[in-house]
Amino acid sequence: MLDKEGIAKRIAKEVKNNTYVNLGIGIPTLVANYLHEGINVCFQSENGLLGVGPFPKEYAVDPDVINAGKQTITALPGASSFDSAMSFGMIHSKKIDLTILGAMEVSENGDIANWKIPGKMVKGMGGAMDLVASAKHIIVAMQHVNKAGESKLLTKCDLPLTGKNCVKRIVTELAVIDIAPEGGFVLIERAPGVSIEQIKNATAGKLLINGDIPEMAL
Amino acid sequence: MKRGNFDIDFINQIKSMIYKLVTDAAAAVADITDGSTLMLGGFGLCGIPENCIQAILEKGTTNLTCISNNAGVDDFGIGLLLQQKRVKKMISSYVGENEEFERQLLSGELEVELIPQGTLAFRCMAAGYGMPAIYTPAGVGTEVAAGKESRIFDGKEYLLETAFNADFAIVKAWKGDTDGNLIFKSTARNFNPLMAMAGKITIAEVEELVEPGMLDPDQIHTPGIYVHRIFEGKNYEKRIEKRTTSK
Repeated sequence: MLDKEGIAKRIAKEVKNNTYVNLGIGIPTLVANYLHEGINVCFQSENGLLGVGPFPKEYAVDPDVINAGKQTITALPGASSFDSAMSFGMIHSKKIDLTILGAMEVSENGDIANWKIPGKMVKGMGGAMDLVASAKHIIVAMQHVNKAGESKLLTKCDLPLTGKNCVKRIVTELAVIDIAPEGGFVLIERAPGVSIEQIKNATAGKLLINGDIPEMAL
Repeated sequence: MKRGNFDIDFINQIKSMIYKLVTDAAAAVADITDGSTLMLGGFGLCGIPENCIQAILEKGTTNLTCISNNAGVDDFGIGLLLQQKRVKKMISSYVGENEEFERQLLSGELEVELIPQGTLAFRCMAAGYGMPAIYTPAGVGTEVAAGKESRIFDGKEYLLETAFNADFAIVKAWKGDTDGNLIFKSTARNFNPLMAMAGKITIAEVEELVEPGMLDPDQIHTPGIYVHRIFEGKNYEKRIEKRTTSK
């Protein structure tokens, strides 16, 4: 079973050379720490920065330079800043190659819910509805089950949707799973030490298992 | 004597034709009445018009509709107006950092329209460019789409989203001149230039106000035509929401 860092590490393997990538808040942000050597990536932050760098040294903290999670960051050499319309313009015109974001629920046809629990929690969708509507490739980073122990991989999402038919791949502490074009969760890899039975038990939607399922290499 | 590339004598001959300079935030917001619709620039607490928010708070204006990406935190930014129940309606994309906001929303005291961040930006942009509406794929198949016209282009569905119509746009810039030209810094730019273009009346507070000619025309983000009032703000706190550093 993977911890959060492990999930980030596995997703880092999905990031291809010479691509523009948008990272969501939480586990997705950690992916930047595990990129493989020789992989050149430019991170976009939808509040208006292309070329996001690491957190600043204490003496270099600048309140005017933050990421979409409101964390203080740095701008790398070659970075550019822009307004919010241009930022979502580059998202909707498909200049961003990969979006990695968290989710509360994903359905077997690739629907995603991650912005609202009616009557309980309302944080808002931020840029997520834009990102999932237009990204070329979407990977979800999340826990397989919620805090109550219920599966987050469902036949149909119960929570209000963020987007429909958009998720391509899910990486959890238990498995790597793809969304089949005709619907269903296709098991691609097991996390180290995790059995297919465990993954079955944690998946409420239709799980498709074809042949031998390899263990992840991290 | 020279100022920028110009002789002072030359500048004195031409003068600014349109007077935009106001003394301070109180003067800038003096005619904002109860029930007004305001656009407020900023992302989180980054690039927010601190001086104007404080002046509106002190003036007692209430029943406001605020269009802003976020709602501040409990004790800073728009959160200050929420705390005193001055806001009737918020139009935002993300409000996660404000407990009082969430409380007022869940209890029904506050009317809230949550919209995708790109839609927020494009509805500002549409207003600033004189376009009545735009099409966006954000929100298709979600509750955001309820009651909205949609149309298929090239096999993909898009929602029709209308331009905002705000009485005042209140923005914060890094530098500005007395003709209203503005330059923003890094990610403090965010919604500010879009909103500046979109307000019926646009108020700009700037960290540093200079005379015309001191800013390079090629570096201006917002041309002065969009700005009706400008002043140099003071005592900027620039509060950091999440201070993250590396060793």
